[in-house]
Amino acid sequence: MERYYQPEIECASREQIRKWQSERLVKQVQNVWDNVPMYRKKMEEAGLEPGDIRSADDLHKLPFVTKDDLRDVYPYGLLARPLKDCVRIQSTSGTTGRRVVAFYTQHDIDLWEDCCARAIVAAGGTEEDVCHVSYGYGLFTGGAGLNGGSHKVGCLTLPMSSGNTDRQIQFMTDLGSTILCCTPSYAAYLAESINERGVRDQIRLKAGIFGAEAWTEEMRHDIEEKLGIKAYDIYGLTEISGPGVSFECSAQSGMHVNEDHFIPEIINPKTGEVLPYGEKGELVFTCITKEAFPLMRYRTRDICILTEEKCSCGRTHVKMCKPLGRSDDMLIVKGVNVFPSQIETVLMNKGYAANYQIIVDRVNNSDTIEVQVEMTPEMFSDSLSIVSAKEKELVGALKAMLGIYAKVKLVNPKSITRSEGKAVRVIDKRNLYKQ
Amino acid sequence: MTVKQISVFLENKPGRLAELTEVLSRNNIDMRALSLAEAADFGIVRLIVDDVYGASTVLKDADYIISISRVLALEIPDEPGALGRAITVLGENDINVEYMYAFTTRKKGVAFMIFRVEDNQRAIEVLKGSGIRPVCQEELMSL
Repeated sequence: MERYYQPEIECASREQIRKWQSERLVKQVQNVWDNVPMYRKKMEEAGLEPGDIRSADDLHKLPFVTKDDLRDVYPYGLLARPLKDCVRIQSTSGTTGRRVVAFYTQHDIDLWEDCCARAIVAAGGTEEDVCHVSYGYGLFTGGAGLNGGSHKVGCLTLPMSSGNTDRQIQFMTDLGSTILCCTPSYAAYLAESINERGVRDQIRLKAGIFGAEAWTEEMRHDIEEKLGIKAYDIYGLTEISGPGVSFECSAQSGMHVNEDHFIPEIINPKTGEVLPYGEKGELVFTCITKEAFPLMRYRTRDICILTEEKCSCGRTHVKMCKPLGRSDDMLIVKGVNVFPSQIETVLMNKGYAANYQIIVDRVNNSDTIEVQVEMTPEMFSDSLSIVSAKEKELVGALKAMLGIYAKVKLVNPKSITRSEGKAVRVIDKRNLYKQ
Repeated sequence: MTVKQISVFLENKPGRLAELTEVLSRNNIDMRALSLAEAADFGIVRLIVDDVYGASTVLKDADYIISISRVLALEIPDEPGALGRAITVLGENDINVEYMYAFTTRKKGVAFMIFRVEDNQRAIEVLKGSGIRPVCQEELMSL
């Protein structure tokens, strides 16, 4: 029997959804025009004013917002409310040294947590469940989002955060966790660890809500088999709120976008032209209910397809497929966004040539990242300890920038592979996207 | 009273050291001594050669990263305790030895050790009268 957290919204008619979208979009455009000078300027440059947006059909007229825009106006440039109304920030990596800071009013937190609650209920969660949240807590939206959603549903929430596998398994068995929320690679890793310890029969898990990184159908089946659960996908990004922008239902064939809060579009990444449902392109979201940090037509750089086919679960909100790739060079390693340009920034600050290669792989279900850096005459000396210390310093600087440990390998100049004269910057051996 | 040593950065990968020696031999660079210090992922090869300028040029052209430093080449009588004497004299005078390695010559009755110390001038001073003498570049090449 299908359950819904907010059935009157999740199963509303298409007309009702469109009505909400139009009403809210018009209000939001006025809000942003009045309170976000940076976006007002974009609208003015496009020859637009709030009166030109009369319904959701006019959405395509509005200018886009990109990650570079966020970087340029860091930290407050897209804030639509005074700071005193904001109760929280969450943060994620930026393309260089500057992180993205998203602001929330209490209202924004509530609607975000409602979205996560929808995901948990779609996965079969009720107040009887024990929700084991192993996404990272803190600035990262994963932990905060699923924690809040779990509270709303009324589950017993275990705020485990990531890491410390011994403790994860101990609580899972002692407290009878029934729903697991973490990255798919950590789920696979936990599954292996559980089997290694021979405690599989003490595990009471029935479902998992996995996201923050790409994962294939093969990985889904692997996790479902190893843990004896149904594994559901969840999608989101900090700029839009966090996880819960869309979520999978019992049909497990695409994720319902919470269209009453976020209007999705697919565009041609080169031209910006809006594409019809069923076509592949870049996913764009417009936040029509958020107060503090409402991004309009934000380009996610995720490549995707939207479909409005009827879903067997009864929900009427449009579905998006699993992301098919990126239109930029961002990587997700251990659930964390990594941009090659960040690595370049660190190398240049430390006096190395911006000649490097990133090798990403997955070993024992765990992502690994190695940065190969060319040695330079300035960095080299006869002292082994000094050169080793420089290597360690680089590891530290990368960790500070990326948030994760990246192995550093100092290599000879000209040893970094070149293909047709251009250095290949990223080698990703993980094969995460189904083509 | 010091000699030049060439340090070469080497990736810790099979074949890298062989490549290096091959480059030198192809260019007729005669190695007098070689020492290899390793870290986890890379090594530093230290070379004493006859033609420092020639070797540096050849290595740089072959895209190696090098560094040149001045070290001591000490002639040590080939008898028990002689090396100990050198080390003791340096230690008593608080001169830190970073590393050392041996190299051979055709001269009989003596052994030669390359010493890297933190203060070459002071080391030379305190070694006077100890029976351990530092050898200079020209003499080394003739041995």
